[in-house]
Amino acid sequence: MADFLQSLVGSIDPYTLQILVNIGVAIPLALGLNVITGLTGQLSLGHAAFMSIGAFISAIFTNRLGLPFELNLVMSGLFTALIGVMIGFPILRLTGDYLAICTLGFAEIVKVVFLNLDITNKALGLQVLPAKTVIPMPILVWVVAILAIIFVTFLQSSRFGRALKAIREDEIAAEAMGINLPRYKVQSFAIGTFLAGIGGALYAHFLSYINPSDFGFLKSVDILSMVVLGGLGSIPGTVFGAAILTAAPEFLRFMSQYRMLVYGALLVCLMVFRPNGLLGGVNFTGLLMRALGRKAHETLPHIVERNEL
Amino acid sequence: MFLQQLINGIALGSTYALIALGYTMVYGIITLINFAHGEIFMAGAFVGMLLVSYFKLNIFVAMALSMTFCMILGVVIELIAYRRLRRSSRLSALISAIGVSIFLSSLALMIFGADAKAFPDNAFPLHQIHIGNADISTLQISIIGISALLMLTLEFIVQKTKIGKAMRATSEDYTAAALMGINVNRVISFTFALGSALAAAGGMLVGLLFNAVTFNMGLMAGLKAFAAAVLGGIGSIPGAMLGGVLLGVTEVFGVAIGYSSYRDAIAFAILVLVLLLKPTGLLGQKIQKKV
Repeated sequence: MADFLQSLVGSIDPYTLQILVNIGVAIPLALGLNVITGLTGQLSLGHAAFMSIGAFISAIFTNRLGLPFELNLVMSGLFTALIGVMIGFPILRLTGDYLAICTLGFAEIVKVVFLNLDITNKALGLQVLPAKTVIPMPILVWVVAILAIIFVTFLQSSRFGRALKAIREDEIAAEAMGINLPRYKVQSFAIGTFLAGIGGALYAHFLSYINPSDFGFLKSVDILSMVVLGGLGSIPGTVFGAAILTAAPEFLRFMSQYRMLVYGALLVCLMVFRPNGLLGGVNFTGLLMRALGRKAHETLPHIVERNEL
Repeated sequence: MFLQQLINGIALGSTYALIALGYTMVYGIITLINFAHGEIFMAGAFVGMLLVSYFKLNIFVAMALSMTFCMILGVVIELIAYRRLRRSSRLSALISAIGVSIFLSSLALMIFGADAKAFPDNAFPLHQIHIGNADISTLQISIIGISALLMLTLEFIVQKTKIGKAMRATSEDYTAAALMGINVNRVISFTFALGSALAAAGGMLVGLLFNAVTFNMGLMAGLKAFAAAVLGGIGSIPGAMLGGVLLGVTEVFGVAIGYSSYRDAIAFAILVLVLLLKPTGLLGQKIQKKV
């Protein structure tokens, strides 16, 4: 089995494979932020910090303890979620931009702390030993990404997910309906940071080298752009956004030095012409039903996203 | 020692305050975190440096020209990247701002390269003045003086002029102001122009202070200035000044007592602590939640 998977991976052109794996790594990260910002409406500008916590924890688990990678992934996710809860509990009392700047501040603090700790090898960064697993890394990354997609899809339509959406739409109304705001906010933060931790662990083992400076403000912005570009709160949108923004710099490589210039201009154009994101406001269930020959209105009526955030 | 560090802190802090004012004014009017503001600050430093080193202009003339340039830049950015997004999601506008910021910093990287540029040595007449046991340079005094002058001018414009009154009205209630016959678009453009001019001045002063102008100087300075604006209470002009100076002074003292490798974390740690204790910032008004 392992040999078969290995040969399957070997048959893909390495450059394409690398882009594909990068997309697979970005998906859990973006989905995690989508739970916090897209579903619950809490703007976080520090997602990369949780990614870095996951990355460093998993690297330490591999390097020092030699944990099997599958266990390692779950452990790093849980550990990151634990820190997420510890941070989330006090700061989720804040709303809107105050919360955003607080998460940003927290992310900068995490970065500076990692740059000064011995266990993270300070500014030199950490070399990560190969993951202890029989499954080839690219396959594992995509299995995790698909599991994350399934998990968040179910989460979104569950009772819990509807409570989160209620908080996003109107906190006061949600509270009046008996939704325990602090509890749900912290839980959504825990889920989002759990996914960020897993994404960070995948990132660390795929790249096999991590440096605290790689997880700065720009990384958080990258992840946020994926979520907003695809369409806030939309899972296909988030996956699409993760794919496009990961691949875009590669596709723009032919204009090498103008790459980031074009990337910036593209972000502005996309937002100006499609402010709700590429797939925001598209009813996928309805489209699917129509494709299957059923009437669209048999599905839940499409709720128009409000643009308060 | 104490006096020396205090002056260093106030000089650094007043540049933060100059940048923070742009954030706070724009936020007060259209509730947008203008992430491109740090890049305007960077552009101001580069334009000023070019004017001084290639056109041999006097530093103050260069500063006035660079402020004018950035005023236009700020207004154009608002026109292209934010105006059409005013009615849509605030996050879309935020991403658009981030796009502008990436665009401008990579443009600067392309034009000026990755290494730090500096103002020519004789750009500013440097003297050391001894007060007690502190060495204070004329540059530091000028930074504090110029910042104070600019802030007083701003306060005058906002409080005493007609357009300032319109700005205050628009930030109080956007729709009502428009109904009262205020040309909201013009007020917003004016706000961007004012904020960008202050950022350009800040950029040149920081460029002189650290003797370095780089394409990515806008990022950290912008983040810290934004932190200063939030610390003082976002939307409040005196708050931004207070927040900036406070942040600069604590940062300098933090470094002085031996936490230099934690330099960038100090500002944010204070920010997080203040927000947890007083969620609307030091001088921010309590926002009434309405049903």
